[in-house]
Amino acid sequence: MEASKKNGPEELNLQPLDKLISKYASIKGAIIPLLQEAQKIYGYLPAEALQRIADKTNTDVSQIYGVATFYTQFRLEPVGKHLIRVCHGTACHVSGAERITEVCEEELSIKDGETSDDLQFTLGSVACLGCCSLAPVMMIDEQTHGRLTDRETRKIIRKFRK
Amino acid sequence: MTNNLDKGIKVIVGMASCGIAAGAEDVYIAFQKKIKEEKLPVQLEKTGCLGACYREPLVEIQMPELPSVIYGDITPRKIPQLIQKHLMNKEIITDWVVISDDISTPEQKLFGYQYRIVLRNTGNINPEKIDDYLQNDGYFALRKVLMDMTPEKVIHEMKISGLRGRGGAGFSTGLKWQLARQSKSKEKYIICNGDEGDPGAFMDRSIMEGDPHSVLEGMIVAGYAIGAQEGFIYVRAEYPLAVKRLEIAIKQAEQKGFLGNKILGTEFSFHIYLKLGAGAFVCGEETALIASIEGRRGMPRLRPPFPAEKGLWGKPTNINNVETYANVPWIILNGASKFSHLGTEKSKGTKVFALAGKIKYGGMVEVPMGMTLEEVIYKIGGGIRDDKKFKAVQLGGPSGGCLPYNLLNTPVDYDSLAESGAIMGSGGMVVMDESTCMVDVAKFFLKFTQEESCGKCTFCRIGTKRMLEILERITEGKAQEGDLEKLEILAEYIIRGSLCGLGQTAPNPVLTTLHYFRDEYEAHIFEKKCPAKSCRALIQYKIIPDNCTGCAVCLRVCPVNAISGAKKEIHHIDPVICTQCGACYEVCRFNAIEVLTGISEVIHSD
Repeated sequence: MEASKKNGPEELNLQPLDKLISKYASIKGAIIPLLQEAQKIYGYLPAEALQRIADKTNTDVSQIYGVATFYTQFRLEPVGKHLIRVCHGTACHVSGAERITEVCEEELSIKDGETSDDLQFTLGSVACLGCCSLAPVMMIDEQTHGRLTDRETRKIIRKFRK
Repeated sequence: MTNNLDKGIKVIVGMASCGIAAGAEDVYIAFQKKIKEEKLPVQLEKTGCLGACYREPLVEIQMPELPSVIYGDITPRKIPQLIQKHLMNKEIITDWVVISDDISTPEQKLFGYQYRIVLRNTGNINPEKIDDYLQNDGYFALRKVLMDMTPEKVIHEMKISGLRGRGGAGFSTGLKWQLARQSKSKEKYIICNGDEGDPGAFMDRSIMEGDPHSVLEGMIVAGYAIGAQEGFIYVRAEYPLAVKRLEIAIKQAEQKGFLGNKILGTEFSFHIYLKLGAGAFVCGEETALIASIEGRRGMPRLRPPFPAEKGLWGKPTNINNVETYANVPWIILNGASKFSHLGTEKSKGTKVFALAGKIKYGGMVEVPMGMTLEEVIYKIGGGIRDDKKFKAVQLGGPSGGCLPYNLLNTPVDYDSLAESGAIMGSGGMVVMDESTCMVDVAKFFLKFTQEESCGKCTFCRIGTKRMLEILERITEGKAQEGDLEKLEILAEYIIRGSLCGLGQTAPNPVLTTLHYFRDEYEAHIFEKKCPAKSCRALIQYKIIPDNCTGCAVCLRVCPVNAISGAKKEIHHIDPVICTQCGACYEVCRFNAIEVLTGISEVIHSD
C-alpha cells in the first residue's frame, strides 16, 4: 500500500470505482473487465483500488493481484500523459524496430518501460499492432504511426512535446 | 460546379487500422469537407482492408462510364486533383492507380491469383452498415440453416466441406462441432478466438474490421448446430477498431432479428458478447482463453477433457478462430462440394495470409490451398523490395519456422508445411531478405515466447530462458563450444515437457533456422561474423576515405558523438565509442560508410 501513496499525490477517489464494482457485482467472472475499467479511471491500478475490489467482492487480494500481474495490459504504476508503444512484431523487427525504440529513448531521455519525470511520456514496447505492412510502427495514445524513420520518429515525438 | 457531375458517384476510403495509421482518416475527413463545401452529389463511404496495404491510404472511385479504380498513396493534398480530373473530367489519373479493371498495373496480379471466400466482403462493403452485408447475401446462410436444415445436416455439410481450423492446428471444424453437439448439457457455448497474438499476423483483425457480420453469422450457425445459447468473441485489447465494429454489428444484428431471442421467428435463441483480452499471448490457446473469460489468469490446463466436453464454466464449448467462422456462411450458401473442390486432398478451401516484411506488395491475400510459397511471394507479392536477395520466409509466427529459397516450391497446405518444419499457423507470412540475420530472428521469437510463457510448465518456463541466453551469447560473439548441440537438446525437452501449444512449438523457429541456416550460426560462433551484418556486437562501421566528402551529415546524426572530422575533411568513426546503431549509414548519401564483420575484417581495420 505504501508504494502507491508515494506515487499518488492525493487520496484516491474511490467513488467511481465503487460504482463499477456494483455494476459488475452480478456478472460471473467479471474481474478482467472490472480491472480494465478501473484502469481507465485511474490510468493505472493503484494498490488501494485492488484492495477495494477485493474487499467489496469478497475475493482475496492475492487473487486479484495475480490476475493484474498476469496480463500485460494492467499497470501497477502511474503512467505518463502520453503512452508510446513501439511495435516489436516480426515485420517491425526486421524493419528496424529496435532503432525506433532507441530513438525514442534518446528523445525522451528515458529507457524502454520507464516514465519521464514530468509524467508526460511512458515508453513501452508491444508485441504486434497488426499494421505489419507499415512497419516499423508505433502507437502514441490511440494513434498509430507507420513507416517510421529516425527523423520521422523524432518529429512525431516533438509534436507531442508541445 | 455540381452540374458537371453525374449521379451515382461513390468514393470509398479503405479504413481498416492500417489504412487509418497511414492517414486514411484525414483523407476521409478532407473528402467529406470538400463534398460539403462544393455540394458534390457524391456518396462517401468507408470500407475495410482493400488488401493492397503497401499503398495505403487507398481510395476507390466508382462512377458511371468509368471502370472502378483504386488509387493508392492518397493524401488530402491530392483530393482536389482527384475531384477535378476523375470526377469532373472523367479522366483516370493512371500514375496513381493501384488496381482497376481496365488499366494494367504491376499490382493487378495481387488480385488476379486470389480466390476470395473469407475476404469476399472485406474492402467491398461498409462494415458499419448491416444493409451492405445484407445486399451481399448476408444472413442468407442463417436463414437457410434455420428454415431448411437440421443441426445434424449443418454439421454434415461442414464435415464434407473439409474445412479445418484456421487458427493453426487445423482440426476438422465439422468434427469439432459434432463432438460439441454430442455432449449432453442444457447450456453450451460458442467462442470465437480473436486473440490474434502472432507477431506479423493481421488477418483476423482485417476480417473483424472489414466484415464483422460474416463472423457473427458463422457463430450463430455454429450455435444452432451444436445447440448453444450464448457466444463470446474474445478480441485482443490492441484492436480497438475491431472491437468497435463488432459492437456495432452485434447491435445491428439484434435490431434486425438475426441475434437474440427467437431468431427469425424460430424457436432458436442466441446471444453474442464481446470479451476483451488483456494482453497475454498464451490466451490464444483454447483452455487458457476459457480461463481468461472466466476471469482467471490465462493458464492452459491438461486436455482431455476437451472444451467440446468441458469448456466455459465446465459446459460443452466450441471454439473456432475468426477466419474459420467467416468461411461458414459461404460454405452453407455455395455448398460444401464447391468449397472442397478448392485446395488439396487434405486441405480444402482457401487461406488468408498477411504478407509482410521485405516484400514488394505487402498486404492481405487469400489464395486457394495448395498454391506454392513461390507463387504467393513472387506472383502475388511481387518478390523482394529494393531488388535485394530473398533469404527466408517465416510462417506461423513464434510457433512456426523459417524456410529457405529451395523450399519455396512447398505448397501452402497444413501437411506440406508441417513436413517442412514450419506450420500453417494463423497465416502470418513475413518475408526476409539478405539483411536479416537468421540467428537474430530465432532470438527474436525465443525472446517473445520466453516472455509470454505462462510459467506453468518447467521446461517451457526455464528451458526457453536457457535457450534465449545461448542465442544471446551467439549473437554477441561469446558462444561456447557445444552451444548448438545444447540448443537442440533443450528444444527436444521443451517440446516433450510442455502442456500446451506455446511450449510445444516454441523451439520451432530455432530448430528450422538451425536446420536450414546452420552455416549462419557457425559463422557467428567460429568467425565472429554476422553474414547479414546485423548483429551489433559483431559489426563495425567504417568510413571509406575515397568516398567521404566531409559533409558532416553523419557526424550530426551520431547519437553518441563517435564521429570526428572537420568539415570537408575525411571523417573518422571511433569504434570504441560507436554503438553500431547505423544512423550514420542510413543518412550517408555518398556510399562512404561500410559495414565490416568477422575476425579478419574487424581486426584489420584501424
